[in-house]
Amino acid sequence: MSALFSKLVSLLDTEPYRLVVAVVVIVSFVALNAAYLVWVERKGAGRFQRRPGPTEVGPAGLLQPVADGLKLMSKQLIVPAGADSTLFRAAPLMVMAPVLMSLAVIPFGRGLAARNLNVGLLMIFALGSINVMALMLGGWASRNKYAMMSAARVVSQNVAYEIPMLLVVITLAMVTGTMDLNQIVLQQAGGFWHWNLFRVWVNPLMPVTFLIFYICMLEETNRAPFDMAEAESELVAGAYTEYAGMGFGVFFMAEYANIVLGCSLATVLFLGGWQSPFGLLPGVGWFLLKMYFLVFSVVWVRWTFPRTQFYRLLNLSWKILIPVSLFTLILSAAMIKLPAMIKLLRALL
Amino acid sequence: MNAVTEIYTGFKSLLIGMRVTIGQFFKPAVTVRYPHQTLKIPLRYRGHIELVGNPASGKPLCFVCKLCERACPSDCISVDGVKLEGDKRKSVTSYKLDFTRCSLCGSCVEACREGAIRFSRDYNLAGLAKEEFLMDLVQRFQAQQAEAKPEVRSAKPEVLAEQKRETANVSLNPTP
Repeated sequence: MSALFSKLVSLLDTEPYRLVVAVVVIVSFVALNAAYLVWVERKGAGRFQRRPGPTEVGPAGLLQPVADGLKLMSKQLIVPAGADSTLFRAAPLMVMAPVLMSLAVIPFGRGLAARNLNVGLLMIFALGSINVMALMLGGWASRNKYAMMSAARVVSQNVAYEIPMLLVVITLAMVTGTMDLNQIVLQQAGGFWHWNLFRVWVNPLMPVTFLIFYICMLEETNRAPFDMAEAESELVAGAYTEYAGMGFGVFFMAEYANIVLGCSLATVLFLGGWQSPFGLLPGVGWFLLKMYFLVFSVVWVRWTFPRTQFYRLLNLSWKILIPVSLFTLILSAAMIKLPAMIKLLRALL
Repeated sequence: MNAVTEIYTGFKSLLIGMRVTIGQFFKPAVTVRYPHQTLKIPLRYRGHIELVGNPASGKPLCFVCKLCERACPSDCISVDGVKLEGDKRKSVTSYKLDFTRCSLCGSCVEACREGAIRFSRDYNLAGLAKEEFLMDLVQRFQAQQAEAKPEVRSAKPEVLAEQKRETANVSLNPTP
């Protein structure tokens, strides 16, 4: 029996099967997370406001996502008259697809990545920028001036925050010396003081870098307090105004899928991925624990802070985050090259 | 330097906010899960009026003096009764309340010398048709009696005594 099992496992590890398994696992992981993070969000919102949250559908409201999904699927997909129907239909897919593709390089555990690319970090950010374009297209293709305007807001917001995020990631790539996410995790083995978050002897501002990454992650996923694009409490749905049924549903799922991706990336880059904080029993459980803690903190932030104003949002990026992240970049460059520079100076003198 | 202190105080206040919300997160919910749980309705609650029974005979105290009918400014009460053989007073056979016009002013309750009507504590009064609010309080009274409650709701002095006993009205009261 166990021989058969191991044979099956080795068969699944060979090429075409591995691909299929990875696709199935990632798609189901994302779909399940997107559905149940809505439940987590609603329960969390309830708890933060001292309400019970959803309770009626299933035990503790656990079937609520199923009910929501059925409701959205039973609705008609309307393409507004005069809208660019191809782009209008393509936009939700273009928001969802990059997330699924990015998750292919995330190492969930030792050797537990669909593809172990040596430029995984680069690939995630390359695909991540498609997201913004897709939202822009979605807003533009709906032929609705409000959708168009909020799409423009999404773009200006996301462009402003892409810069500090990338600067922070460059800092991190300099510190780790690699763009291979698996290597980055392996470097952080042996206890939480080895995590990139606490690598203060390489760059004393590492915790600040994490904070900038976290803020930018909140912003890139259009989460409160940076949710001007959607602003569900006063606008209809921002760039998604004209989307009905599952078209909106896919955007909604993509938002949560992006949160999962952002938190996974933060875990891999700063919190040691699947490494245990005490050097014991590294494994996929630690990864999920850290990732879901970050996801919880995203919900926590949303139900704590009110939305910022639009110019404050841009001010935060251009006046604080970009200068600080540039400073950390220069600082870590100097710290890394310092020994070599001292050696060079000694040789010269 | 100004900017640095601003960032520092701003960040600190954000953390304080986060601490406040996480504190609330672990406290119990303050809401009442309405259809499953209901709050105890205060004795002074003004629902629509209902007939008060005589605890001895189990019949309404009302003897069709029609003072309530005359006291009603909205003209929404009409009472009818018959004099039964051997009784000194009339007994009520129909007590029609048009609740669509009632403004819950309470003039009828004040006018009643016998204490034969009082405010009910019924507030689940949603309906699909206007006719549901053209109530016959005698039928309602009989239905209540048929439910065979051992405690027969009593006249005014005892209500006041009950009121003194039940001061805390906020306790949760799960409905069956």
